[in-house]
Amino acid sequence: MSETEEPPFGMPYRRETRYDPPAALLELQDRPLRRIRYHPDGVEGWLATGHAESRRILADPRFVMGERFLHSPTDLPHVFVSISERVPPGFFLFFDPPEHTRLRRKVTGVFTVKRMKELEPRIADIVDGCIAGLRAAGPGADLVREFALPVPSLVICEMLGVPYADRDAFQRDSADMLDLARSVEDRNKSMAELYGYLAALVPAKRDHPGDDMLSALAADDDLHDTEAAGIALILLVAGHETTANMLGLGTFALLEHPGQLARLRAEPGLVPTAVEELLRYLTVPHNGVMRIAKEDVAIDDDVIRAGEHVTVVLQTANRDPERYERPSELDLGRDAHGHLAFGHGLHQCVGQQLARVEMRIAFAKLFAAFPDLRLAVPSEDIPMRVEMNVYGVHTLPVEW
Amino acid sequence: MRIDADREVCTSAGMCALTDPGRFDQAEADGRVVVLDAEVPEGDPAALAAAERCPSGAITLR
Ligand code: HEM
Ligand code: SF4
Repeated sequence: MSETEEPPFGMPYRRETRYDPPAALLELQDRPLRRIRYHPDGVEGWLATGHAESRRILADPRFVMGERFLHSPTDLPHVFVSISERVPPGFFLFFDPPEHTRLRRKVTGVFTVKRMKELEPRIADIVDGCIAGLRAAGPGADLVREFALPVPSLVICEMLGVPYADRDAFQRDSADMLDLARSVEDRNKSMAELYGYLAALVPAKRDHPGDDMLSALAADDDLHDTEAAGIALILLVAGHETTANMLGLGTFALLEHPGQLARLRAEPGLVPTAVEELLRYLTVPHNGVMRIAKEDVAIDDDVIRAGEHVTVVLQTANRDPERYERPSELDLGRDAHGHLAFGHGLHQCVGQQLARVEMRIAFAKLFAAFPDLRLAVPSEDIPMRVEMNVYGVHTLPVEW
Repeated sequence: MRIDADREVCTSAGMCALTDPGRFDQAEADGRVVVLDAEVPEGDPAALAAAERCPSGAITLR
């Protein structure tokens, strides 16, 4: 590409196939860090599609969340654009150090590897309950509704101390706030509603504390109530949307790769490795994550100027042939560690150890409970979440 | 080699404790790294993997 050539407009996001990134996006990997023009105004910024470049940018504290993301890599405004327009207090994904550090450390003690190990029996009970629910719903049931969505929702509700009975409202609001086909204004209205719901729970938790995170946050003198609600908001939303889609899309992918599924059934010890490979292969945060350069940063021969937007495309980083052999192949036995499905750097997913435990238990128990699990409709009829912030399946009718 | 973990940089992601649980743990209060055993044989694969997977660059081996 010559220096004078005009950079491409936007990042392609419409896929040709169910599991692979768009071909036009993969083609951009010939130059793993490149300039693109952003929507809506054509302002120039950057797109990182390679693994090494993505890792480097996310680990570099000179790339920040900043004040606001004004430009989007896609014509449907990126979720970073909508949320950054009105970031709720405490919503630490959108803060930079030192505020980010202060807020994040309020919850990291709850998500350690050890604490997640202690939670395993409880998660196993929840998974068993949802399997019973799926069975009771009978062949033809929607696996998303009966299994993929309730498992992580029940877990995060119990951890936070949010009544699961209120799920219809919070699942709808959180889906709406991440629905890229909706206007930025409508998305922010849904986010404000969900935030208001959680903010109302905070004083109630202080008066009647339980053994849950919201009670601990409400009792913390160093946190304003508005911040406690914002922390709860990001945990609730991030805590069920992403894992739910990994479970739904992961089940679909395994049913469509019978050889790989047979391998998993034959060798239950493979589950942890398989989960990492599914994270890599599916990369459900398919629109990537955004940052803004705080100052001029030189990366190899390029200089990213202060104030410029950078979009880090996790899904292509995880398919980078420089990092993974046969990147477009699902291979449950491969060592997929180092994938960027949970991001990288100081914002790397807080809930990743929880998500790992949930997925390991859920996939293992699901395929053990239904030795003959299969789709109840032709695979072409499964509606894909192309226009959602988190990729996955809208529904997955199954029989057994 | 000796493990050096910078607790100011640590972002409590837990990759170290997941990768090499014999040498790394996380503090109860905020999940920050705790080194259980700092002395490691030269080129130890688990310790190298833990350092490589740490998202914040908090772990160095020297
Ligand atoms: C398979 C499931 C999941 C995936 C793929 C995932 C993915 C991600 C990614 C890519 C980021 C980084 C965003 C960025 O750098 O801009 C992130 C951050 C975050 N995730 Fe997850 N996540 C998952 C599950 C969870 C769960 C279960 C929780 C909570 C219970 C959670 C809570 C969070 C929070 C609070 C952040 C913000 C961290 C920060 O800014 O410091 N996630 N997640
Ligand atoms: S992997 Fe790095 S960031 Fe995560 S807990 Fe260990 S030292 Fe901290």
